[in-house]
Amino acid sequence: MEIFWFIVLMVMLGIYIILDGYDFGAGIVHLFLAKTEEEKKAVTNAIGPFWDANEVWLIASGGVLFFAFPTLYASAFSGFYLPLMLVLWLLIFRAVGLELRGQVHHKMWEAIWDKAFGIASFLLALFFGAALGNVVRGVNLGMVENGISTQEAHYFFLALWNPTFDPLAEHQGVIDWFTLLLGLVAVVTLTIHGANWIILKTSTSLNGRLKKVIFKLNFVLLALVVASACLWHYVKPFPLNNLQTHYWLWIFPIIGAVGLIGLFRINKFKKDSTGFLFSSMFIFGSFATTIASLFPTLLPSTNQINPSLTVYNVAAHEYGLSVGLGWFIVAAILVVIYFIIQFRVFKGKMDDVGYGEH
Amino acid sequence: MEDMILYNRLQFAFTITFHYLFPQLTMGLSLMIVYFKWKFLRTKNEDYNNASKFWMKIFALNFAMGVVTGIPMEFQFGTNWAKFSELTGGIIGQTLAMEGMFSFFLESSFLGMFLFGEKLLGQKLHFLSGLMVFLGSWASGFLIIATHSWMQHPVGYEIFENGKFVLNNFSALFNNPWLWPSYLHNQMGSLVTSSFFVAAVGAFYLLSNKHSRFGKIFVKSGVVFGVISSVILAFPTGDWAAKNVVKYQPATFAAMEGIFETEKGGSEIVLVGQPDMENKKLDNKIAVPNVLSFLTYQRWDAEIKGLNEFDESIHPTNVPGLYYGYHIMVGLGTIFIGIMVLASFLLWKDKLYKTKWLLWILMFMIPFPYIANTAGWYTAELGRQPWLVYNLMRMVDGVSPTVSSGNTLFTLLGFVGLYLLLGLLFLLLVLKIIRKGPEAKMALK
Repeated sequence: MEIFWFIVLMVMLGIYIILDGYDFGAGIVHLFLAKTEEEKKAVTNAIGPFWDANEVWLIASGGVLFFAFPTLYASAFSGFYLPLMLVLWLLIFRAVGLELRGQVHHKMWEAIWDKAFGIASFLLALFFGAALGNVVRGVNLGMVENGISTQEAHYFFLALWNPTFDPLAEHQGVIDWFTLLLGLVAVVTLTIHGANWIILKTSTSLNGRLKKVIFKLNFVLLALVVASACLWHYVKPFPLNNLQTHYWLWIFPIIGAVGLIGLFRINKFKKDSTGFLFSSMFIFGSFATTIASLFPTLLPSTNQINPSLTVYNVAAHEYGLSVGLGWFIVAAILVVIYFIIQFRVFKGKMDDVGYGEH
Repeated sequence: MEDMILYNRLQFAFTITFHYLFPQLTMGLSLMIVYFKWKFLRTKNEDYNNASKFWMKIFALNFAMGVVTGIPMEFQFGTNWAKFSELTGGIIGQTLAMEGMFSFFLESSFLGMFLFGEKLLGQKLHFLSGLMVFLGSWASGFLIIATHSWMQHPVGYEIFENGKFVLNNFSALFNNPWLWPSYLHNQMGSLVTSSFFVAAVGAFYLLSNKHSRFGKIFVKSGVVFGVISSVILAFPTGDWAAKNVVKYQPATFAAMEGIFETEKGGSEIVLVGQPDMENKKLDNKIAVPNVLSFLTYQRWDAEIKGLNEFDESIHPTNVPGLYYGYHIMVGLGTIFIGIMVLASFLLWKDKLYKTKWLLWILMFMIPFPYIANTAGWYTAELGRQPWLVYNLMRMVDGVSPTVSSGNTLFTLLGFVGLYLLLGLLFLLLVLKIIRKGPEAKMALK
């Protein structure tokens, strides 16, 4: 039963990253690449009707985490208190920027909210990447000092950074050079992903430029991925144990690799959806590879005294998980139906939506 | 430890109070929007269609505010109340996860279609998508109040040796005697907020001689919805909710009503007075003898237990706050009924649109339903103190063990600043939509 809910949670999180990921990516494109008013409009039109529905996946994933793995929810949310609060504030800023920009037609007003939207998107991508870095690296569960736990075995608290930015330091921070590297991977990945979404959903002069940018950024991404895979070995030796014992798991890194390499052909794609498909494959593949290599661990312990949090020691009681299965199946079918309806109503380009022109 | 609990409570109270300013309008408003759209389909009067689209713009703005201030609510169970989440997550996680899966997806998918899809969908499907938004928002309220009810009156659980609450009866969560009265009472409260809001905008249009056709529609529907909901708000739903408190939380009821000592021969109902906690009495009291006994037990001489009958350790932690919250809610609720009954009488006599003084009153009533709803929620939540889970788990045992009070104060201040900015921008935009009026060209396609 725990395994079922683990898969549900990871699939939901994966969907969230792919969906809200293009929103963040579009924000970064908006910040750095969209120059004219027409191009900026194209970006907001591309994500306008979708972003708040996409954020529902975050809320729903949070709900499932709370329900199925309450101990992990309690431990991780209080331990990552400060970065989570910053993420909340950035999500608010981003939404406000997006919604308010078109309300008043004044250069200063538009410039302020453009920046709020763009910078918040950039930082969110960075933070989500760094979050994955923290999960890979592990935390000092029980806050062990000099061989003694100062807290209950599954609680911890992380400062935002420590002065050395060293992932292996005794007093860890949320941001160190390793998590920052994964943050950069996320920024580049989501920029490409967001650009692909804009190409799929709009048709302005921006698209031709975006294709060139995707092509160039893909080299950067490839270098970053290789670097972070090597450094992963340094921070956490033998990360791929699970893949050595279960060969079928190689499907995940292969999907990721196909997505990444496929994107080099961006200028040759006949359909606008192909690029988006490839960047989604890369995101899915790399996320699933990370999760699969950690399994059954959900949050590793960096000390020898307290055990890591795993799927088995943080789950809710059997009865609750089983009754949950009943309502979840009904809800999941409904969600698929809404999704299909929405997809059919809003298929095609969004150039005429006129988002934000109230 | 004291500071830690104080800041955690302040942060949750502040963020939830601010958050609930938005859903309380959207839940009621969604029903009224569905009504306008339905009326348009029946009468083919384009004004009703424009009315529904006008209110949908205000709805959408409120909805977006509700979403961005709602995500922090879900996060804060874990960030600030980790121990509580760890121990009870197997139970309240059920209803919270169901809320995400059943209502948020429904609401957000169909809201997009209602806002952007009128031409693509055709009128009937457009109506249907509005109906779905309404269902989603009311389902969300239901599941949140199911969670709230479990904390007020825990059911269907057992407690393991490690202190964990474990669910052993799923359907008990929804048969909870606390749930239905609270839910219906709350939804009526939400309808009162939205009816007064709609009526106030209508009154503003009539008084300023702008968009008068819409002014009449808004005043009329606001008053009709308002009179029904404000009456049901008090009786029977408010009555049911109060009787639950008498039955399951008698010490809370004593504090709400300001009864320090049990009175022989029947209790008076206190209309005005200030609790004096040092001398355990009410100052400057105005009260009507025996009425409270009658309202509670339908007998004039029924005995109602005063606070003196309960051990100090289970007294609500903030008796004056609880007492004021309750009295503000009930007092305002009574005024709402008075205004709405009078307005519907004049509406029926066809004089309301010309009765300027009443239109002025309707216009200036906008903030009061918000105050009453907030005061009502403070009554419920302060009434649960000092417990997180009534009679089973105290506040102190629920906070996050590793988050220092300095960090909580930092984020509390951050939320205060950010929400102040949000609130100002929200007001600016709502006023802008209202000023433009329902006849403005609809940019939403």
